[in-house]
Amino acid sequence: MKVMRFIIVMLIVIFIVFPFYWMFITSLKTQYEAILFPPTLFPSKITFEGYELALTKLQLGQSILITVAMIIFIVLGELITSILAAYAFSWLDFKGREVLFSFLLVLASVPMPVFILQLFIVVQKLGLVDTFAGLVVPWMANIYSIFLLRQAFKNIPASLRDAVYIDGGGDLTFLFKVAIPMVKPVIITIAVFSAVYTWNSFLWPLLVVSDKGLRPIQLAVAYFAQGETTNYPALMSASFLSSLPALITFAIFQRQITEVYVKGGMKD
Amino acid sequence: MVRYLKVLSFLAPAMFILIPFKLVPTVMVFFNSFQKWGLVGFERWIGFQNYLKLLHDPFFWKAFVNTFWYSFLSISIGITLALIVALIIENSRISGFLKFLVFMPVVISLIPASVVWKWLYNPSSGFINYALSILGLPKLRWLEEPSGIFFGYGPSLAMLSVVIMSVWKSFGYNTIILYAGLKSIDRSVYEAAIIDGAGGSTIFWKITLPLLSPSLFYVYITSFIISFQVFAPIWVMTGPPPGGPLGTTNVIVYYLYQKGIEDFSIGYASAVAIALLAVIGILTLLQKFFIERKVYYER
Repeated sequence: MKVMRFIIVMLIVIFIVFPFYWMFITSLKTQYEAILFPPTLFPSKITFEGYELALTKLQLGQSILITVAMIIFIVLGELITSILAAYAFSWLDFKGREVLFSFLLVLASVPMPVFILQLFIVVQKLGLVDTFAGLVVPWMANIYSIFLLRQAFKNIPASLRDAVYIDGGGDLTFLFKVAIPMVKPVIITIAVFSAVYTWNSFLWPLLVVSDKGLRPIQLAVAYFAQGETTNYPALMSASFLSSLPALITFAIFQRQITEVYVKGGMKD
Repeated sequence: MVRYLKVLSFLAPAMFILIPFKLVPTVMVFFNSFQKWGLVGFERWIGFQNYLKLLHDPFFWKAFVNTFWYSFLSISIGITLALIVALIIENSRISGFLKFLVFMPVVISLIPASVVWKWLYNPSSGFINYALSILGLPKLRWLEEPSGIFFGYGPSLAMLSVVIMSVWKSFGYNTIILYAGLKSIDRSVYEAAIIDGAGGSTIFWKITLPLLSPSLFYVYITSFIISFQVFAPIWVMTGPPPGGPLGTTNVIVYYLYQKGIEDFSIGYASAVAIALLAVIGILTLLQKFFIERKVYYER
């Protein structure tokens, strides 16, 4: 029984790890060695030619910079819009608040592929196709983030706001001095998720970008794989670079990330 | 009045994004599905014609069946594997390490996952065919093989290849949810069963599985909702052109993309989108209904 268990665990570990290993090992081989049959389990000579080719000739470096810029705009934009909206939905009283919020939740459950052609038409009408703005502006608000922040804001005791009011402060004082510091973990979670999600995004960039110089990283890697390069070390270097930031982020924020997944809040 | 201006100023930034980029496109899908579009854009209103065409479109149904097979296979294999791994993790001394490990493929993008698996499947220099040859088994064409896996019928080997990648990519997600479900089972139930003389398999079939069924149902439906929208792996791994060989890996979202972006048939593509939304809507309702029932039982 114990031996059986050990074998199963080993098989599963190999199943998970091997593709990562193979990606990394191929990225360090020469093209000649990469396509050799039978393949070598370890490169006979370690080379960084693949990385060089991917980052320079295939312009992956440029794609990485664009993706980083996208993350900065989307994360900041999403945080600003979500914090303000979540505050209105938790601490400000207005008629139809709950109805409007329920409506937003229904809207949020419509998945992206359903309305993506129409989103493209809207972005086209605004003249944003093949622009950096077209890549980021549609994603600078997120209903799930509003939802998560609203939950967090609701847990703040009302007495704290009364105290701010008594001291002569208003809603903005309460929001910035009390509410935001108290929900910091949720803000970090949203920022991490939004950053990873943006780094991993593919479908929308595929539609909105045709200029090679504007390709975010996943789109660039996908085009390489679809035939723009037949150099396997370069292809695997690009794949490895496109996985690494998400893996590092996960290593740092493992608890927060798995928690959100378990609660079923967000999943692309 | 002043109060409403305040509310409005707090909501405005989010609405400024959500209205044009989420609400308007979603509403437009419904209208567009009753229209005919051509190269230059909108042509005319045509009532339900797109939907009637959809019902008799063999390519749509082929894509629908392919998507169903993809979802059904990847979820069934994935959840079975997830259940085994969750049970192992629960009783393991290295559970923290294993939890990290199984979640690694979940956090990376579908693109590198698809790219590396496509490389592993490579018929001439891929590692999988090498492994088969070591075991004395014949090489396979994997992503290039259109024949069905059930004695020539059913989903193609190409589709199964995508399914295996997908299992690798997402079973960690299901593992973590099922693990949380296992953790929430009261230990005293197990103790009582052991005192009554129940063996390992009896405990699993009569206690663990029934008590885990809400979690299982949840991951099943959630995974179905996600899987029905599969696109990136098809685009990267199959073809050229994607959806091949012989259309055996064409899926709903890729079909929608083909109709909308390649053929400019926005109207017809919108009808496809509504069909997709209907499937996802039904699954979402099932999930909501079930979760509410569960709350009722817990009371």
